[in-house]
Amino acid sequence: MASKSWLNFLTFLCGSAIGFFLCSQLFSILLGEQGDTQPKILHNDPHARHSDDNGQNLLEGQMNFNADASQHKDENTDIAENLYQRVRILCWVMTGPQNLEKKAKHVKATWAQRCNKVLFMSSEENKDFPAVGLKTKEGRDQLYWKTIRAFHYVYDHYLEDADWFLKADDDTYVIVDNLRWLLSKYKPEEPIYFGRRFKPYVKQGYMSGGAGYVLSKEALKRFVDAFKTEKCTHSSSIEDLALGRCMEIMNVEAGDSRDTTGKETFHPFVPEHHLVKGYLPRTFWYWNYNYYPPVEGPGCCSDLAVSFHYVDPTTMYELEYLVYHLRPYGYLYRYQPALPENILREINQANKNED
Amino acid sequence: MVSASGASFLKGMLLGSISWVLITMFGQVHIRHGAQTGDHEHHHLRPPNRKDFLNISEVTFIELSKSIRVFCIIFGETEDESYWDVLKETWTKHCDKAELYVYGTKNDNLFNIERNDKWLQMRRTYKYVFEKYGNSYNWFFLALPTTFAVIENLKYLLFTRDASQPFYLGHTVISGDLEFVTMEGGIVLSIESMKRLNRLLNNSENCADQSVIWKLSEDKQLAICLKYAGVLAENAEDNEGRDVFNTKSIVHLIQEHMSNNPGQVVEGCCSDMAITFNGLTPQKMEVMMYGVYRLRAFGHHYNDTLVFLPPNGSKND
Repeated sequence: MASKSWLNFLTFLCGSAIGFFLCSQLFSILLGEQGDTQPKILHNDPHARHSDDNGQNLLEGQMNFNADASQHKDENTDIAENLYQRVRILCWVMTGPQNLEKKAKHVKATWAQRCNKVLFMSSEENKDFPAVGLKTKEGRDQLYWKTIRAFHYVYDHYLEDADWFLKADDDTYVIVDNLRWLLSKYKPEEPIYFGRRFKPYVKQGYMSGGAGYVLSKEALKRFVDAFKTEKCTHSSSIEDLALGRCMEIMNVEAGDSRDTTGKETFHPFVPEHHLVKGYLPRTFWYWNYNYYPPVEGPGCCSDLAVSFHYVDPTTMYELEYLVYHLRPYGYLYRYQPALPENILREINQANKNED
Repeated sequence: MVSASGASFLKGMLLGSISWVLITMFGQVHIRHGAQTGDHEHHHLRPPNRKDFLNISEVTFIELSKSIRVFCIIFGETEDESYWDVLKETWTKHCDKAELYVYGTKNDNLFNIERNDKWLQMRRTYKYVFEKYGNSYNWFFLALPTTFAVIENLKYLLFTRDASQPFYLGHTVISGDLEFVTMEGGIVLSIESMKRLNRLLNNSENCADQSVIWKLSEDKQLAICLKYAGVLAENAEDNEGRDVFNTKSIVHLIQEHMSNNPGQVVEGCCSDMAITFNGLTPQKMEVMMYGVYRLRAFGHHYNDTLVFLPPNGSKND
């Protein structure tokens, strides 16, 4: 009898030890699931047509970094505000009904607020979001139709409300202040457009769709006119290439958007893909597409970058935080570009008038 | 007979699981009460207010900026070697001096017991650093190889503090009646704390291994040891009460904040003056370097009272 109860006791102890151990392992596995489980995705399509979402983590809710205004009471935004008035940008964001809550919502919560005017372009109207209905279908082959219709819509309704007209995707993050700095050197009456310049297929190059591109007022007028006079048509569904061809036909110049040290400002990928040497394999299409010599590592990207692409919702907020909030106190940035002469003069004049 | 022992096995498993749950629950109870004990009046440290130094001249600002000298200790195991080069090339350039302390050897012999004794390694490291560098630096910052730190923001937090006071700062956690600075967020010690620590390490039993049932983590052991010298942990926060030493990455914090309030608009996760983030891969370190020291919006300027120059011969900041 004694040996039986001894055996029972032993099995009891064994069981409790195993139960204890199993629980802790289970918990640590569950915890291990949290955190950065970003798979390494290489986007194999230079024309930025997005694959259908594999139901990646839906980010519920939004984050408002600007709710905390007191951290910015020592901030001087005079120059940014001056540029807001002088370089008016209308942003239209290419999206769709299924992406309003998944992606466009986060664009709206972050960088879109800084445009002078922002429009969300979808195949169907949504009064609540709000989103403009372009009366197209959805799908990869509709991208150029949507682009044509979107620019026509902007031309018909908002031509006089802005000087420059930006197209972005709902997974593009745009630093609008830096775009204004770039454009401040040019006049909206010039026939010119900017973006990440690619070299194939079009002699003067064309601008990557996903990285975003911006047309001057004159460029927009010529684009709309081109369809009226049928100099351009819906020649293909590859939106950025087709638009680039049309720009060349209409003598709109493909501008050089690099900063004063030659670093690119519009980016077809997230910062990590450009900054980490060897991230993009040598055989990747990107190396042969870039108009200017492509650079990886710190020289890839301007301090005053304008855009990044394939930005998921979490990274939208991360970029928002890094650009507009987290900063090294008292740090004297290496790159200190000046404002164009005419704007400097204007600001000095305005300050003198205040005295 | 089989069913009897089977039943007792199952009962055992049940008891084991329940006792694990209970132990973890009690181990993780964080009660933040402002218990007033010891030398310092404060448990929460905040950066200075602008009003405090409106009368100081510009020359003094530059002198002030130079007077805070931070020594960075990166404390890690040999497996972390892939981090060493990246750390040297990124944020540690902004320390006045940084050294990497690796413990454990690749050529493991079966009796390499020391390798697992992180507290012993930490004691040795602190002793070595104090003896070699105690005269030239007034603040000592210890971080893991997976941590990214913005030293300028650390200096901003510290510059009105007197390093001859015993400061022990970071992201604190309360475990029972012990408040300690967790290693994942980075540990800051003033020179006075280093002095007191060194004195204890020389001749005291109090800083020997305090583990009873299972191994006590080295950051807890450090807190216990420092407590004997009257050095107490303080949680560092910005002027809105947000932690500036973070134990997780930005992405992690964003997702955490959002999942706590799904479907709503939440306040920004992190301080503008954040000092550390942890859990970063070498690739993410490079992204942080660009994001913190370079990427910014044109036309936004700050009237800062400290001036920090970029390090010499560097391309990524």
